[in-house]
Amino acid sequence: MRRLVYFGLGFVVWIVYTWPFVDGKIDIQVLVAGLIASAVVAVLFHEILPKEHYIFVSPVRIFWFLVYLPVLFYYIVVANLDVVYRALHPRMPIHPGIVKIKTNLSSDSGVTALANSITLTPGTLTVDVGEEGVLYVHWINVKATDIEETTKRIGKRFEWFLEKVFE
Amino acid sequence: MTEITGYTLITIGVLFDVFGCIGLVRFPDVYNRLQAATKCVTLGTCLLLAGVAIACGSGSISAKALVCIVFIVLTSPTAAHAIAKGAYSFGVKLWKESVVDMYGEDIDNQSQEDSSTKGA
Repeated sequence: MRRLVYFGLGFVVWIVYTWPFVDGKIDIQVLVAGLIASAVVAVLFHEILPKEHYIFVSPVRIFWFLVYLPVLFYYIVVANLDVVYRALHPRMPIHPGIVKIKTNLSSDSGVTALANSITLTPGTLTVDVGEEGVLYVHWINVKATDIEETTKRIGKRFEWFLEKVFE
Repeated sequence: MTEITGYTLITIGVLFDVFGCIGLVRFPDVYNRLQAATKCVTLGTCLLLAGVAIACGSGSISAKALVCIVFIVLTSPTAAHAIAKGAYSFGVKLWKESVVDMYGEDIDNQSQEDSSTKGA
């Protein structure tokens, strides 16, 4: 099952990348090469690919992921305006520091997605993932050092979506 | 019309890239600089690629540009995380006016526990 999912995924990426639809016809050679390539990838590398393969075939999870994307995009834009403001301000209003936050996500992919989302959102950058769902986050403008307060300010806004996608 | 939208997106993307680079130069230490580099360069490059996709219309170039957006969004924060962790393990200090460093505290606690268990 896992190999099949990654085979399909690799084949989709191959089609999008090589784009064999020239003049309304489909290039069979490219398709066959893609089938072989994705089969090799699925058989050889399925062990190092994410363990949560069911994410890619569950409509509910894909739906919540699609809902999550605009939210993430909004925070990315806010983050960029924030960085631009701090970078261009003459006095550079930054109070950096590394704080801890706690997450309830347990799957590897979920924690990875949360860490990457935190990195892309206003003023925060994940430095390391510790034990028991602790994330160390570099915060450019530290407003709280208490672990519950930081979790509420940094992590909670994504966790709600990511739990539905990855757990 | 698609060309105008595409070139507008490319312009905004390049502007964000430029601001990110200004931040990269102005911020004081490696962690703050990574913040500017990852955020602005991710959005800037993604907007640039989206602009290319829209300007070129449907076809192979747009498809490749859109796949590149996915890969950049996935890899850029991961690379920043790797650089930040690597810099910390190497011993790069935080900026002198930094407020807290809970990561350093936890590492110190860990090593103290290790040495005390070894001593016992």
